[in-house]
Amino acid sequence: MNATGIGASVRRKEDRRFLLGKGRYTDDIDVAGLTHAVFLRSPHAHAVIKSINSSAARAAPGVIAVFTGDDLAADGIGPLICGVTVTSDDGEPHRAPAHPALAQGKVNYVGDHVAVVIAETVEQARDAAELIEVDYDVLPAVTSTASAADAGQQQIHEVAPNNVCFNWPFGDKAAVEEVFASAHKVSRLDLVNNRMVTNPMEPRAALGEFNSGTDEITLHLTTQNPHVHRLVLSAFNQLAPEHKLRVVGPDVGGGFGAKIFVYAEELVVGWACRKVNRPVKWTADRTEAFLADAHGRDHVSTAEMAMDHNGKFLALRVHTKANLGAYLSTFGTMVPSYLYAFLLAGQYATPLIYSEVKAVFTNTAPVDASRGAGRPEATYLLERLVDVCAQDMKLDPAEIRRRNFIPVDAFPYQTPVVQCYDSGDYNAALDLALELADYAGFSARAEEAKARGKRRGIGISSYVEACGIAPSAAVGQLGGGVGLWESAQVRFNPTGNVQVFTGTHSHGQGHETTFAQLVCDQLGVPIENIEVIHGDTARTQFGMGTYGSRSLAVGGVAIARACDKLIAKGKKIAAHALEADEGDIEFADGSFSVAGTDKAMSIAEVAFNAYVPHSYPEGVEPGFDENAFFDPINFSFPAGTHICEVEVDPDTGVVEIVKYSAVDDFGRLINPMIVEGQVHGGIAHGVGQAMLEVCRYEDDGQLLTASFMDYAMPRADNLPSFDVGYAPTHPPDNPLGVKGCGEAGAIGAPPAVINAIVNALNVKHLDMPATPENVWRAAQAAQA
Amino acid sequence: MAADKQSVNMTVNGKPVSGEVESRTLLVHFLRENLRLTGTHVGCDTSQCGACVVLVNGKSVKSCTMLAVQADGAELVTIEGLANGSELHPMQQAFMDNHGLQCGFCTPGMIMSALDIVNRNGNDLDEATVRKELEGNICRCTGYHNIVKAVQAGAKAMGGGS
Repeated sequence: MNATGIGASVRRKEDRRFLLGKGRYTDDIDVAGLTHAVFLRSPHAHAVIKSINSSAARAAPGVIAVFTGDDLAADGIGPLICGVTVTSDDGEPHRAPAHPALAQGKVNYVGDHVAVVIAETVEQARDAAELIEVDYDVLPAVTSTASAADAGQQQIHEVAPNNVCFNWPFGDKAAVEEVFASAHKVSRLDLVNNRMVTNPMEPRAALGEFNSGTDEITLHLTTQNPHVHRLVLSAFNQLAPEHKLRVVGPDVGGGFGAKIFVYAEELVVGWACRKVNRPVKWTADRTEAFLADAHGRDHVSTAEMAMDHNGKFLALRVHTKANLGAYLSTFGTMVPSYLYAFLLAGQYATPLIYSEVKAVFTNTAPVDASRGAGRPEATYLLERLVDVCAQDMKLDPAEIRRRNFIPVDAFPYQTPVVQCYDSGDYNAALDLALELADYAGFSARAEEAKARGKRRGIGISSYVEACGIAPSAAVGQLGGGVGLWESAQVRFNPTGNVQVFTGTHSHGQGHETTFAQLVCDQLGVPIENIEVIHGDTARTQFGMGTYGSRSLAVGGVAIARACDKLIAKGKKIAAHALEADEGDIEFADGSFSVAGTDKAMSIAEVAFNAYVPHSYPEGVEPGFDENAFFDPINFSFPAGTHICEVEVDPDTGVVEIVKYSAVDDFGRLINPMIVEGQVHGGIAHGVGQAMLEVCRYEDDGQLLTASFMDYAMPRADNLPSFDVGYAPTHPPDNPLGVKGCGEAGAIGAPPAVINAIVNALNVKHLDMPATPENVWRAAQAAQA
Repeated sequence: MAADKQSVNMTVNGKPVSGEVESRTLLVHFLRENLRLTGTHVGCDTSQCGACVVLVNGKSVKSCTMLAVQADGAELVTIEGLANGSELHPMQQAFMDNHGLQCGFCTPGMIMSALDIVNRNGNDLDEATVRKELEGNICRCTGYHNIVKAVQAGAKAMGGGS
């Protein structure tokens, strides 16, 4: 194995700048003449704006301009868009209310954007924003996911009767009903998937600069996908033509989905910098992040499984209400539909599945993708239901899973819900997880804990997810407005070092290292001579960005394809230089050689010849710089089993995770150290959802959890260290044999944790988050 | 507002610095905006996340919770002041070796807090101590697993061990 190639835990190339305090995040950037934007946000969840008087604000010290929705509309700046169409059961597309970047006559959630103040300093802008007088006519608010579509509820948008965005049935309802009617046993569970705030540690920010000489706007954004931002801002929002708009995602402090979307503040900053002809910067404070970042999850569901007398799953039926918030975020419609219902088979050979998703509008922040996006919701529902099935059938949770797993020889496996799984060995992952968790020794540990007045529980979660997003044709068929290929350019410089331009974006995932390892492995160039460049539409040719654990599975393959092209061209150049037939040239370990001889030249020498082509093959272009686009033929399907063991203090409701074991199938690992870090972070995110985090609105639409003092993020002392193992299989559809690892933990962990707590308390169910209060109440109820 | 300006003098990373600030200016903003030391980050507005931790007279302080004028006359160390030329501080090196960072945003605060943890608890730190002591620093990326390992390893290295 190449010591810095595929499979090596290479220390990260990007670390040094972060460790030295030399990272360059959007808010770190200073430019001459900088002005600052502060947004005036709605204090009401639902209100008509009768008037806005900003004359005092305009006259305040340091104020350059105050803009409202009318100013944006006057300049033809379009509303924010949702990029994926879901067809409702009436055959019509989902209902899409206008989503102005600054409110036009009405506000629909607390934090909605009413006006923006541009001033010389942040403090002056903030002081002036407080001087804007807005006369509101307050309307009743709708916040409840469960009842938003009920008769008699306040209507939020005229275009969406009963606050319904779409009602989307999927599957053969009649066939499923028939199976349920004759099944040996039906297990049923009502459950809530708690609303989360994604909370990357770097708050969102935008810096806009306008060059009046070139008529060009440069936007530095906290973005996971600069080219997608440029495309949407240009094509749909009319900010600037694509070739006159540069979007840069510099160092970005975590994303987890929240920085995919095109937000109001980004559009307004981009527009305002031209309007005031000065650079404009906006940086969210954490309260603004809670109020106006897209939130995640927020489902209310009923799940039912029909079984035969052996506990074999015959049919699954799911009814879900999904909260999309006040407006549709960029991919809001896709999350509770295609990313959710198409994953409901899980790891099981359930032959029939019917689901019905009702997506509703409420007077809350827009809801969109958050680490896992739809797949954690599907997995939580299914893996909780499977444990209820085990309880009902008096089977061990491991045993009922085994009886229903898709067998290893059934891959590729066509599920009844569109997806065709590439590869998997679910028993292998379960076996290894049971071993890591010492499942066999659990009852002894439970006895020992009982003697101390504590209760132990163990919970299994076997998940599957769809990554490598996504085959463009599949996206198009589903109503998506984009192609989800990825692009790469691999450029040798004449001196032999290499620059790799990728259309993905790294905001913690370590691509600068992982992708360099790929190139090091394939081209035999020392890793220190390889630089990975991303995040700037002016430097990278094109890209779709990073989300859905797609960067390696799609972007990595594009890099490998560009390297293939370099090798093919290099063979022609080497053949000429070595006076041999192109067909006799072999390439290995960075060297082109003539088969069966000791004649050879390094790839760096070939690169030099390509740029200094004094003696050069006829018909071959100079230069050693290739690009490639890769469009996958299938998603990838990482899977695994996570096992959580908890100890509950029934007197206080405090839950301690005493052991957490994760076994995953990510296909081939490029950098095991980085992969393991991704697993750790994902698990922590999932444990946060299961035990700590919940975003809660008051009935009048006020956000109760708008700071880190009210919204419990997982901290070091809430978590254990994790035991991580792998049970890889080879995905035949991915040329690199990789699957994606960034979301697995957030998907696998919540049901593992709740299954463990439910097991400890010997109850049927407990909604997340399992706070001490919730657990104590459940324990008391179980004893009563 | 000019009447409100006050002058402050302090030592930052061994160098004397001075500036004019409003009395409401937070120390973190003085560091970031006046001194352009942008390695110290702002991750929240309620003194919870710890991205802004610096050392003030040798003790860890959340610089979003202190006014710049309160630091007048103090000795500060920020993340930019740790490395010896191109050589990383042992705690920085431990974070790299143990993959204790991903997006890097919480990292400066984590490292500055870690130095304070070592100062108060010594070089031989058990996992439970590190986890408890890191209560004031939030990371969304790593799940803390490797941060804990890094702090333990960094503490040992600072004591001359490896």
